Amino acid sequence: MPDRFNDLLAIEPLEAAEIAFLLDQSVPFLEIQRHPLKKLATLRGKTVGLAFFESSTRTRISFTTAATRLGADVMQLQAESSSLKKGESLLDTVRTLDAMKPDCIVMRHASSGAPEFVASRLEIPVINAGDGAHEHPTQGLLDALTIRERLGRLEGWNVTIIGDILHSRVARSNIHLLTKFGCRITLCGPAMWLPRELENLAGERASIRRVANIEEALSGADVVMVLRVQQERLHEPALSLDDYILLYQLTPERLRLARPEALVMHPGPMIRGLEIDPVVADGTQSCVLEQVTNGLAVRMAILFELIGHGSDANAEKDSSHAAS
Amino acid sequence: MLLLKGGRLLDPTSGTDAPHDVLLDGERIIAVETPGALNGRAAGAEQIDASGLVVAPGFIDLHCHLREPGGEISETIETGTLAAARGGFTAVCPMPNTRPVNDNASVTRSILERAQAVAHTRVWPIGAASVGSHGEALAEIAAMQKAGAVAVSDDGKPVATAKLLRQVMDYCRALDLPVIDHCEDVSLAAGAAMREGSSSVRLGLRGMPAATESICVARDIQVAALTGCRYHVAHLSTRASLDLVRGAKRDGLRVTCEVTPHHFTMIDEEVGYDTNRKMNPPLGSREDRDALIAGLADGAVDVIATDHAPHERSTKDVEFDRAPFGILGFETALSLALELVHSGKLRLMRMVELFTAGPARVLGMRRSVAPGEPADLTLFSTSHEWKYHVADSASKSRNSPFDGRSFRGAPMMTIVAGGVAYRR
Repeated sequence: MPDRFNDLLAIEPLEAAEIAFLLDQSVPFLEIQRHPLKKLATLRGKTVGLAFFESSTRTRISFTTAATRLGADVMQLQAESSSLKKGESLLDTVRTLDAMKPDCIVMRHASSGAPEFVASRLEIPVINAGDGAHEHPTQGLLDALTIRERLGRLEGWNVTIIGDILHSRVARSNIHLLTKFGCRITLCGPAMWLPRELENLAGERASIRRVANIEEALSGADVVMVLRVQQERLHEPALSLDDYILLYQLTPERLRLARPEALVMHPGPMIRGLEIDPVVADGTQSCVLEQVTNGLAVRMAILFELIGHGSDANAEKDSSHAAS
Repeated sequence: MLLLKGGRLLDPTSGTDAPHDVLLDGERIIAVETPGALNGRAAGAEQIDASGLVVAPGFIDLHCHLREPGGEISETIETGTLAAARGGFTAVCPMPNTRPVNDNASVTRSILERAQAVAHTRVWPIGAASVGSHGEALAEIAAMQKAGAVAVSDDGKPVATAKLLRQVMDYCRALDLPVIDHCEDVSLAAGAAMREGSSSVRLGLRGMPAATESICVARDIQVAALTGCRYHVAHLSTRASLDLVRGAKRDGLRVTCEVTPHHFTMIDEEVGYDTNRKMNPPLGSREDRDALIAGLADGAVDVIATDHAPHERSTKDVEFDRAPFGILGFETALSLALELVHSGKLRLMRMVELFTAGPARVLGMRRSVAPGEPADLTLFSTSHEWKYHVADSASKSRNSPFDGRSFRGAPMMTIVAGGVAYRR
């Protein structure tokens, strides 16, 4: 068990014990969300740089809130206003950000591997807030925390993920994470978003199957994850949305095929009436809003793990601090 | 005069594999004899001790990018050919995708004039098949041939349509010029950064399926059959494409192909997000790589070509999907091929053929070590141990995935037109 993580770039290379450790660390921060006064001074004097090169509302707000609730300051780089539009390279942009001396960088980027590229060139920790179709590790962790909080444990569940698996970083992080805990994954969606190679994603021991028929995919599921239909990310000729609704929308009737208390999860933003029926979205099995709250706790725990060590009272009185 | 003494002569054209002395006079080979037999005749000649080395015909690289004119920030004719000479090449064929495109005799002549002034190897330009390589009108192919172009290609992309390819091939058959095609179905390749497969799915990178290449190879072979033109597949990378080439050869068509060192060395599982492992065609599967090696050994593949593609450092130091395709190739090609020899997958004579007589045949030339032939020779060691440091490369660019790799065997001397272009 590492006592420190250098970066958080992906779930894939983490071990189950490391993931369990991060989830354990998240629980106290989850309790803080229920307090009337939520702000801590743990990261006072620290600065979190947010570099979102791809538009995002919820993840950016979640990280901003997580950082400020820990007492850190936040530096925001917005893609729309950044010099990237003027042709500056990613490397020059993040080096400029780095020169303002944040303690870590949280980045989202449309290119798979971009956070790994940045992390290999900067000293400070880099947190991947979603890279292309690769991974979204904090989403994987918050989903795991949600399952653990609701169902009491993470091990051994039947998890069905429905939607555009091929282009989904959320699906990849969840598949990597949940298979490390012995969950059996069923992937369901239109065939062109469900390539056979997905079954090899997490090594030979992982149980991953592809099922085209949603009724079959839902049968016996303990957890149902619905992915957003990312219309803006599609390169191929767009699928007929009417067909998608007909074949893959999670309706109350279909949900009844899953285990009685099966969880319904969605990473958001959710399009009611497309991938999910509003009745399901608002039903008692839905965890959508808990996922958002749990996201705060997970992100606070990760920020604390990456930059919180050494930020005790003594460190805050450090002379370099006074000199600034 | 220059006397190469005591080397092991490997000449695929004559089948010679035995110690020989080679005497050069000016730009020609004047005698090839058993060791010591030339001592009298070579009195006063400069002597080079080639013992322990292989003496081979000069290596030809059928596929490279020298970037001049227009891309001098990445490479020039001078730096590129120095890197080529250090790789053992005595002649290189730069592709026409420069700025401006080499689609007319005046650009061809300017490349050759520049080469005459600064190049360390022979430069045999390849002209564009279509104006601007835009895939619409035929380029002035005959004029380029007269100026010195040795083949045509719209490399960087395929000849756009079957109709245009038919015209190019009809025309080039009459001119006796080979047509070289970069085979790719552009609709399947659009937006892709690597080969489609388990690795692309794991990395979340857009992949192109192997069929992207073989669909185009199949088209081209049928047009070659229709026209009777000599047709050469550039940087062939898949088993399916190679099977099509095998079939075309069985059918008696004049079809040839080349394979790059990176495609017979690396596979898609090694890509990671390393932009120095991003090239087009992309690294293939393990099965593809094994099929290419089998083809190199059994004759289905005619040529090892580097596709040396320098890119200035900052253009590769970016997100993977934004990086340009291509890597350096000259300085590591021979040593990577020797890895196949050392592992028993390729006979040494066959390897030499793939660098010499093979590419010469594609161009309608001969390549051998015999009296009267041009004094272009490559001397190499099969045992010299060294490590490649791309920081020391003669190229202006640094985009090699082989930086830091240890090799056994290296080019030791490159002789071009009787002059020593490189000596290790």
